[in-house]
Amino acid sequence: MTAAIHETRRGIAGTISDVFFTRPQLLTVLLLTPPLLWIGIVYVGSLFALLMQSFYSLDDFSGVVVHEFTLSTYAQLFEGSNVQIILRTVTMAALVTVASAIIAFPIAYYAARYARGWTKALFYLAVMMPLWSSYLVKVYAWKLILAKEGVLTWFANFLHLGWLLDGILALPVVGGPSLSFSYVGTFLVFVYIWLPYMILPTQAALERVPANFIEASADLGAEPGQTFRTVIFPLALPGIVAGSIFTFSLTLGDYIIPQIVGNSRLMIGQAVYTLQGTAGNIPLAAAFTVVPMVIMAAYLWMAKRMGAFDVL
Amino acid sequence: MSPAVRFQNVSRRFGSVRAVDGVSLDIEPGEFFALLGPSGSGKTTCLRLIAGFEQPDEGHIEIFGETAEGLPPYRRNVNTVFQDYALFPHMTVGENVAYGLMIKGVAKSEREAKAKDALAMVKLGGYETRRTAQLSGGQRQRVALARALVNGPKVLLLDEPLGALDLKLREQMQEELRSLQTSLGITFVFVTHDQSEALSMANRVAIFNDGKIVQIGTPSDVYERPKSRFVADFVGSSNVLPPEFAASHGGMAAWTSLRPERIRIVPETAIVPSDYGHAKGVVTAVSYQGAATRITVATDKLPVVATIPAGTSLNKDDRVVLMWPKSAMVAMGDGA
Repeated sequence: MTAAIHETRRGIAGTISDVFFTRPQLLTVLLLTPPLLWIGIVYVGSLFALLMQSFYSLDDFSGVVVHEFTLSTYAQLFEGSNVQIILRTVTMAALVTVASAIIAFPIAYYAARYARGWTKALFYLAVMMPLWSSYLVKVYAWKLILAKEGVLTWFANFLHLGWLLDGILALPVVGGPSLSFSYVGTFLVFVYIWLPYMILPTQAALERVPANFIEASADLGAEPGQTFRTVIFPLALPGIVAGSIFTFSLTLGDYIIPQIVGNSRLMIGQAVYTLQGTAGNIPLAAAFTVVPMVIMAAYLWMAKRMGAFDVL
Repeated sequence: MSPAVRFQNVSRRFGSVRAVDGVSLDIEPGEFFALLGPSGSGKTTCLRLIAGFEQPDEGHIEIFGETAEGLPPYRRNVNTVFQDYALFPHMTVGENVAYGLMIKGVAKSEREAKAKDALAMVKLGGYETRRTAQLSGGQRQRVALARALVNGPKVLLLDEPLGALDLKLREQMQEELRSLQTSLGITFVFVTHDQSEALSMANRVAIFNDGKIVQIGTPSDVYERPKSRFVADFVGSSNVLPPEFAASHGGMAAWTSLRPERIRIVPETAIVPSDYGHAKGVVTAVSYQGAATRITVATDKLPVVATIPAGTSLNKDDRVVLMWPKSAMVAMGDGA
């Protein structure tokens, strides 16, 4: 008696499995088609439509969009108040990014190198939990914390540091009547809201630095500070850059935080919101939207040139 | 002259486990010294104690007469070749090798020249600008070696240096390490679980078991005169004969080591000379191993293994006599 080398096929599901197993490309094509259609048409397509708008212009007299190619809308970006908006937003985004990176690094380092078991679980919980609650609620909560009668003022007075708070508020430009009506307040809330997006990629990058690199560096004579500068930081840099992409671009585009906490001077997001709404100036709103994209592209190009992605 | 490395009653505990348990040891300058033992026997922890990655809980460590405990790795003139090499991926081969010099503040041109020499020494001249990811396992091994040696360490530590290489490359590297050590005259301390590697490379071997050193000696000492059943079995898998068997087969009433290659297999009718011990038995297994054949013979008391040159006509179930010079029977201590 000769035994068959294979079992007999069972039903249609078995046949389909066999077809996919022997032709893996077919499966890949079938799996990728729907998401590619989505990203191609709905995602990139609408973005492209938006970009098209930025090359039209608004007729000042009639308030009607002129559907003719022009760069005049972009020229408007360089006019006084618009330049101010862009500079203000970019400065804020840069400061928020730097502060996030400085605060995130020790947390990420601890989590990657020392946290094990339940401390690691606690770390993830602590970092992610703020992301579970409503963004709007958190921002309003911060408005209350930062308000003149808020808990922060009370706490500063309790510690006899009221003079410090008053000193900060008295500073030109960044100060204001209270923290919730100042750039300092906007900055604090931005850092709070985006911090998890900096911690997680930094932690992931540090997680991939083997402990014996640190031992090897010490073995070759490097003190802990030198090891940090020459081994740990360069290897964590791709993670920090990834995190900074989040904090930087999210700050560039946000319009709710500066609306609720801050003074009346606009950020890019608010400018877009106003222009496309009440002002009906879709072309200029679109041109403003392009600004963060250009800045991010330039930023990534620079990061790449500085070798931030060499270890990836 | 003070020894290169001295351990005095050193212990290191991890929780309730005594990884290193009361180890005393002197390694002389210029020695090629092997720490040999099964995994978890404490040999790697000993190496890490010399490097400074671990600090002893008890005891005293000296490196060339200077107290080492309390000193971090970066204050010790000792360098390590790591088991998985630990080359920095964000640096070129040349930058990796020059790293220690860069840390010491050696000028760029000088350290580049020294790194170049070090790479040439390990036969990787011209690889300075390569990325470490482009290297094969054997090349990484050489870069790790150059990176350690370029600093001119007083003691070079090697943690399972050849573990990740294939057999051919391993044999080649064994020879190269040996000649490198001879020409540089630096004390080499290396950790291995491979007894043949330890025997072929080292001047002296310390054999570890359960955090303790069970025997120290030259390779021929530990191979030919094992002091315990553990050493006899771990180094070259000897036949360990119990006292009563040894006494009735030409030896003393003690646990006895009998190396398989010292045993000859002769027909039942053969005459055994008076200075030979012998035992009758039945062949239970014949295992072809290329250059040699390994024969297991069941005697009436216990199975005995003999290795004979290849090309035997013996078969399973043949009745044979095993014979060996009485001098090949090495009486051991308490049998631990």
